[in-house]
Amino acid sequence: MAVQNKKLNLKDKYQYLTRDMGWEPTYQKKKDIFPDEDFEGIKITDWSQWEDPFRLTMDSYWKYQAEKEKKLYAIFDAFAQNNGHQNISDARYVNALKLFLSGVSPLEHAAFQGYAKTGRQFSGTGARVACQMQAIDELRHSQTQQHAMSHYNKHFNGLHDAAHMHDRVWFLSVPKSFFDDARTAGPFEFLTAISFSFEYVLTNLLFVPFMSGAAYNGDMATVTFGFSAQSDEARHMTLGLEVIKFILEQHEDNVPIVQRWIDKWFWRGFRLLSLVSMMMDYMLPNKVMSWSEAWEVYYEQNGGALFKDLERYGIRPPKYQDVANDAKHHLSHQLWTTFYQYSQATSFHTWIPEKEEMDWMSEKYPDTFDKYYRPRYEHLAKEAAAGRRFYNNTLPQLCQVCQVPTLFTEMGAPTKLSHRQLKYEGERYHFCSEACCEIFEHEPEKYIQAWLPVHQIYQGNCEGADVETVVQKYYHINIGEDNFEYLGSPDHKRWLSIKGIKPADEDKNAA
Amino acid sequence: MSQLVFIVFQDNDDSRYLAEAVMDDNPHAEIQHQPALIRIQAEKRLVINRETMEEKLGRDWDVQEMLVNVISIGGNVDEDDDHFILEWK
Repeated sequence: MAVQNKKLNLKDKYQYLTRDMGWEPTYQKKKDIFPDEDFEGIKITDWSQWEDPFRLTMDSYWKYQAEKEKKLYAIFDAFAQNNGHQNISDARYVNALKLFLSGVSPLEHAAFQGYAKTGRQFSGTGARVACQMQAIDELRHSQTQQHAMSHYNKHFNGLHDAAHMHDRVWFLSVPKSFFDDARTAGPFEFLTAISFSFEYVLTNLLFVPFMSGAAYNGDMATVTFGFSAQSDEARHMTLGLEVIKFILEQHEDNVPIVQRWIDKWFWRGFRLLSLVSMMMDYMLPNKVMSWSEAWEVYYEQNGGALFKDLERYGIRPPKYQDVANDAKHHLSHQLWTTFYQYSQATSFHTWIPEKEEMDWMSEKYPDTFDKYYRPRYEHLAKEAAAGRRFYNNTLPQLCQVCQVPTLFTEMGAPTKLSHRQLKYEGERYHFCSEACCEIFEHEPEKYIQAWLPVHQIYQGNCEGADVETVVQKYYHINIGEDNFEYLGSPDHKRWLSIKGIKPADEDKNAA
Repeated sequence: MSQLVFIVFQDNDDSRYLAEAVMDDNPHAEIQHQPALIRIQAEKRLVINRETMEEKLGRDWDVQEMLVNVISIGGNVDEDDDHFILEWK
């Protein structure tokens, strides 16, 4: 056939890739090739309606990805050669990276596996191509994050065994179980969970304000991998929105199924991001934006516009969004005070915020910080000054669904602990909230199988019954190096020596 | 209720031209500078035109080149050889 332009335009190129390269099977039944496509009850009548607005084809994909990698690794080299770790605002900042490397980077790898598996399940070629590209992106993110942070591992503690820790450490079961939950769902729920609820609705909160914060704290390597990953994310987010619209347009019976998934995965994502709220407000020594402000822009404002757009399909905003909106005033403070008292069992350090930081929080959280949280820090500071730095030796009660300790409070009642329980087949289960309890009630067979770290310790499955043995032998956290209070830690001493200040134990007037 | 679309660029040399082009073509848009990033938001619709970018840069420009510098977007995307549009309809 004669072609008028020697170069195809975007639309034609995309059309050739995603339609003409697919085919109808002849010697196998379609149902046998794509066995998981319909068991969730989602009805797809016409896969040809699938449209990727970026219309990315493999030739452009490789071209731009290669360009991104070249830019990224040039900066990693420069960062390492120039001892970039010496130019960060304060070594307390590195603790956010420890959480990132053990909590977030393994999720990138889980996402790679998830998209590779899910893409295989769709009979529509456009969806398969999109999942394949995203799988490759996610693998890239996992690798570049590990490369970026390997430099910090040479100079600071707690970064030496992140993948191992991700599979075992108590608070890392929060991110791990989130992704395991999504990956063990059907293909359409996986896309609704990860592409839509997580990527489109919530990941901006991690990658935009937190990365801007990393820049403001002098961490050139992290900002660079963050933004490089995020440039793929813009495409993933677009996929997330298109997926939802595609499923909803295919059949009206899909609407209630999708609504339930949105309710569930918004909440699961919100609980997961409580870790990020703490990273933003407490672990960035130079502050850019509070969690509460980020939530207003990236959820209330942008999410509001999104759910207004989805109204036409009969979709309403996530069921428990009011609880999440109310929690923006409390979340980071409740998380940090919890981690502060369990630092004996974490791969990162915690500390009491400095005076200027507390003043910043009073300003950003005028209705809650001085009233509920400052007094706790003043009490803890007094205890620490008297040589009684507080560590809580009772293992926390974990929520059966999100696996976060039951530390949150009720909406509108910030001194009342939020807790729900129910009995299922003779066993009692505990939850952090109405929303998590409801998720359990809908799929109890799934969540009774949850691997809850505290239960596992008590059942003797973690190489020992006392915290010290579990932390050292089972978690691979080096006691006295990776864990406990920041002040006086080896990281703190190393930082003081980098900055030419005598460590506190050599000069009592310093620090 | 207001319905904002937005785009966030890395704050670098390429993006200065992008931001200029966006602001020229979308007078209703608002630009915000934060550490390491440039965020532009607008009511309902934002368009980036290849033609405007080519004028700014003084060379040919492929709309997909933008992918390297974008951090995030909000809104329905429509992209072809001549423009990149974000909108809530």
